[in-house]
Amino acid sequence: MSKVIKTKKDELKFPKSFTGIDGLDVITGGGLPRNRPTLLVGNTGCGKTIMAMEFLVKGIVLFDEPAVFFSFEEDTAELKLNVKSLGFELDKHIANKKLYLEHIPIVRSKIPDTGTYDIEGLFIRLGEAINKVKAKRVVLDSLDNLFYRFDYTVLRSEFKRLLTWLKEKQVTAIITGETGDSLVTRDGVEEYVADCLIVLDNRVENQISTRRLRVVKYRGSVHGNNEYPFTIDERGVTVLPFIAGAIQQKSSLKRIFSGISDLDQMLDKKGFFVGSSVLVSGTAGTGKTSIAATFAFSVCKSKQRCLYCAFEEAPNQIIRNLHSIGIALDPVIQSGLLQFYYARPTLQNLELHFIAIKEVINELKPSVVILDPITNLMTEGPNSDIRSMLTRFVDYLKLHQITVMFTAAITVGSIERITSDEGISSMVDSWIMVQDIEVDAKRTRSLCIMKSRGMNHSNEVRRFIISKTGISLRPIVVNEKALLSETKRSAKEHLNLSTSKESIGIK
Amino acid sequence: MSKKVATKTTIKVKAGEGSGRSYVLRLIITGILPNSVRAIANAKAICEKYLTGRYELEIIDIYQQPSLALEEQIIAIPVLIKKLPLPEERVIGDLSDTQMVLDGLNIV
Repeated sequence: MSKVIKTKKDELKFPKSFTGIDGLDVITGGGLPRNRPTLLVGNTGCGKTIMAMEFLVKGIVLFDEPAVFFSFEEDTAELKLNVKSLGFELDKHIANKKLYLEHIPIVRSKIPDTGTYDIEGLFIRLGEAINKVKAKRVVLDSLDNLFYRFDYTVLRSEFKRLLTWLKEKQVTAIITGETGDSLVTRDGVEEYVADCLIVLDNRVENQISTRRLRVVKYRGSVHGNNEYPFTIDERGVTVLPFIAGAIQQKSSLKRIFSGISDLDQMLDKKGFFVGSSVLVSGTAGTGKTSIAATFAFSVCKSKQRCLYCAFEEAPNQIIRNLHSIGIALDPVIQSGLLQFYYARPTLQNLELHFIAIKEVINELKPSVVILDPITNLMTEGPNSDIRSMLTRFVDYLKLHQITVMFTAAITVGSIERITSDEGISSMVDSWIMVQDIEVDAKRTRSLCIMKSRGMNHSNEVRRFIISKTGISLRPIVVNEKALLSETKRSAKEHLNLSTSKESIGIK
Repeated sequence: MSKKVATKTTIKVKAGEGSGRSYVLRLIITGILPNSVRAIANAKAICEKYLTGRYELEIIDIYQQPSLALEEQIIAIPVLIKKLPLPEERVIGDLSDTQMVLDGLNIV
């Protein structure tokens, strides 16, 4: 992921209008080009109207810039109702003379055309509307509907005239349009006429749809080039750039105990770094959740807050199960130190999960976040997407000096070559692997530290014991007979079976 | 054609004898732009030829009455609107295609 570094200088150089939309101002380095038109194109249902409307409403509320909205689609009553769910009270702004809505109805049939003409009528209406409220922001949504009524060649030249005219009027404008064979995108008109082009997209992958935004072009300014996922919910549009995160990350020297004293011993006797990311991976039933919950419990006992995001088990089930290893979570939940976020991964797309989690983080201000397990999120989208989402999320947590622990379930037989591990391991600072190994024909849990950046950690594979009193780690004592060659071993098999009970090294 | 087009020019011709239904037409133009100038000339000619003695043609310069653009839901200009007889019909352009005008406005 390329990181775009923005300096104050850029913002001073080029006048911009803040959109007020979360994330979009970060990507564009301060908003849309001031007093110039921006094209916002996308397929049906990707949120053009809402984004455009939010631009206007935020302009009125945050920056006191009156606005005009020309709708070629929905009539004004429909429009008001549709955006009400986002908390936009259009009637109030209209009454205060800060907003003017005008609907230009779609005429299905083409009006007979008897010779040359232009669309001066639209200019006059726009001019009237702008004067009415002294508008600084204008939206035309969506200009494509004009396309069905008039001749393309006329509109094409008129479209260019419209952009120039809007600049002369000194308004910051958004013109929306469809992607594909449409007025604003056909023949690549947008390539040369627009100063700023933003493309929205709504893709369905693995039955989960994700909206994405990309700033294709921004004359005279640097901008984030990537496709950024965005969401629309009751608070409006949120774009997830997480760009700034990585650059401003602080690296702490402080340490945080894992809650398992034997593990802390292995980690240079001090535990994890504060604000680092920890991956606990292992096959099913190796005790990943137990490690995570022990960590959470220890954090809460030291009077710090922890957010536990459970994607597999319901919180009540986790609480019940942990009683069996001597951990009582109820008191720390009641004291508000531990909070659960529980959601089925398939309930919504990953971006929405992260936004929801981010919101909880903002409220709770935890020092530790646990995602258990991260692999469940992987089922609902291509891995590359998830990896980049996760990276951004980790960046965000690091920025806030929050220690994060993921658990990842991996399948038997592919322990080291599993893609999810490869993908995640590069972005984690500490990687703890728990696995089932066979010691003298007996299934034994083992734990080892695959890596732990910046500390002198143990390389030992330890026996990992979960008991009524919690988790402990012991050295593995292997029967020397197990090291015998294959031929000798088969000969010794009968003997082993009878003696194996004594030979297992329980301390 | 004079340099300045009047705000509202109404050419009223009393219905002649046995000429059938009378027409009320409204032509909306933009000042003295070439399209508008041609549209005025064409409109007058068509009315004189096909609606002799039974038409009322009102010519409006939209720059003088900008609010009319909203009232009449006007985008394209020039536009010729047939107000009466109902239903209301409209054609756009400089009216140089006579047949299109007649068909579009249902003038027989």
